[in-house]
Amino acid sequence: MAEKLLNWDEVLIGGTIKDPGNSKQYETGSWRVERPVWNPDTCIQCMFCWVYCPDSAIKVDENGKMAGIDYTFCKGCGICVEQCPSKPKSLKMILESQAKGKTEEELRKEVFSSEK
Amino acid sequence: MGKKVALTGNEAAAHAIRQINPDVIAAFPITPSTPIPQTVAQFIADGEMDTELVTVESEHSAMSACIGAAAAGGRVMTATSANGYALMWEMLYIASGMRLPIVMAVVARALSSPLNIHGDHSDIMGGRDTGWIQLISENSQEAYDNIIQAVKIAENKNVMTPALVAQDGFNTSHTIEIWELEEDKKVKEFIGEYQPLYPMLNTDEPVTHGAWAPPNWYFEHKMNQLRGLLDAKDVVEKVGKEFGDVFGRHYGLYETYKLDDAEYVIVAAGSVCGTTKDVIDTLRENGVKAGLLKIRLFRPFPYKELADTLQSAKAIAVLDRVSPAGAQGGPLFTEIRSALYDTQTRAPIVNYTYGLGGRDTQPRHINSVFETLKRIVETGKVEKQFDCLNLRGEWR
Repeated sequence: MAEKLLNWDEVLIGGTIKDPGNSKQYETGSWRVERPVWNPDTCIQCMFCWVYCPDSAIKVDENGKMAGIDYTFCKGCGICVEQCPSKPKSLKMILESQAKGKTEEELRKEVFSSEK
Repeated sequence: MGKKVALTGNEAAAHAIRQINPDVIAAFPITPSTPIPQTVAQFIADGEMDTELVTVESEHSAMSACIGAAAAGGRVMTATSANGYALMWEMLYIASGMRLPIVMAVVARALSSPLNIHGDHSDIMGGRDTGWIQLISENSQEAYDNIIQAVKIAENKNVMTPALVAQDGFNTSHTIEIWELEEDKKVKEFIGEYQPLYPMLNTDEPVTHGAWAPPNWYFEHKMNQLRGLLDAKDVVEKVGKEFGDVFGRHYGLYETYKLDDAEYVIVAAGSVCGTTKDVIDTLRENGVKAGLLKIRLFRPFPYKELADTLQSAKAIAVLDRVSPAGAQGGPLFTEIRSALYDTQTRAPIVNYTYGLGGRDTQPRHINSVFETLKRIVETGKVEKQFDCLNLRGEWR
């Protein structure tokens, strides 16, 4: 995230932002304590997670289908898990410490193996 | 030509707002300012204005709606008093921080408790550091004139800062005085069309208002905001002169009354200045060199200019219509005294609290202040740096 830090007499009046969409430069993924893990095998593609995610951190493929979590921006709020209507849930929260050093595929197996 | 009318201070404010005809007013009624939005609502119902009047459920919501409408690019006004103003407190900082030139008529009133609906300056003085421009009016004419000028001051491109115009609750707001109502057309010409800087409704150039500023940005934004507020001083002076050129009543940063050679000087703001001028006239007839420095612009505080006018005084009394609340004196006193520290004069300076909760301040009370100033000069001693006017029991 390279941003130019402006002096007091250079900033835009009233904290106004003229280049909308610049929140992409702000990687909020580092805030996470917990993370959602996604199970495509039980996902019913209702897209509730995409609707409710406050950070647009649900990845969508070219066919408009749920394609995973964007961990660069996901803050780990858990709203997607709360909203997931499939039974069993296709999204589950785990601690970041549990995820450390593991691939997404490894985590999926670990979290959802009991539900197969 | 304007015409002489006999109307209250609240009606003066309402007529100014009618002539300005802002895009949006969001307001919630509270005594003693209620007749302002009430009269404005009548003007709208009668088709004399086409302002969108938003009736909200609280003053916090009123200021919030004003902020939204101003960010959208509208010319926005409101009115309030006392606890309503206090309930706006959080939003007042947001309006000034977002640099939205909202103009608000404040009818100054005591803050509870004890519950009291009458005039004093507890509300506006409590909000003096919210980043708003503060103009204080002595009478209905000034309330009317100041609201018109405030629009032009607040919307100046170097300023872009909200402004409040205060008048004293009941003393001015509910008192019928004769004042000059100018022609609608001339007022509209004077204020001109508002050109917002970054209106949200301009979808061709999308902007974000009210965004977050983390520690590496916030400080710079607040100092940028301060520059705008400080730059308002010159604009107040410029607009006051322009207003005088068009309407015949000139305004500066402050007003002096028989101050040039005055030895005994009162510094005050608001309706008490009328009483003080009257007392000064009588004292002058008896050869006493009494004078008044009337505060008009309280924020930004023109400390240098005010201090310069006080250099010939032999003794000074500052009247605050608010409790010092644990400070060395009232806000006007501490600022005037601080301003004098950098100048040559070492004239004794004392502070009075007066008029709390609508307590009457009569000529004899003002006269007692001048008597005390005379005694201070004669004896060279200040017995009490702080005292009260018209309080039952001696303050100690």
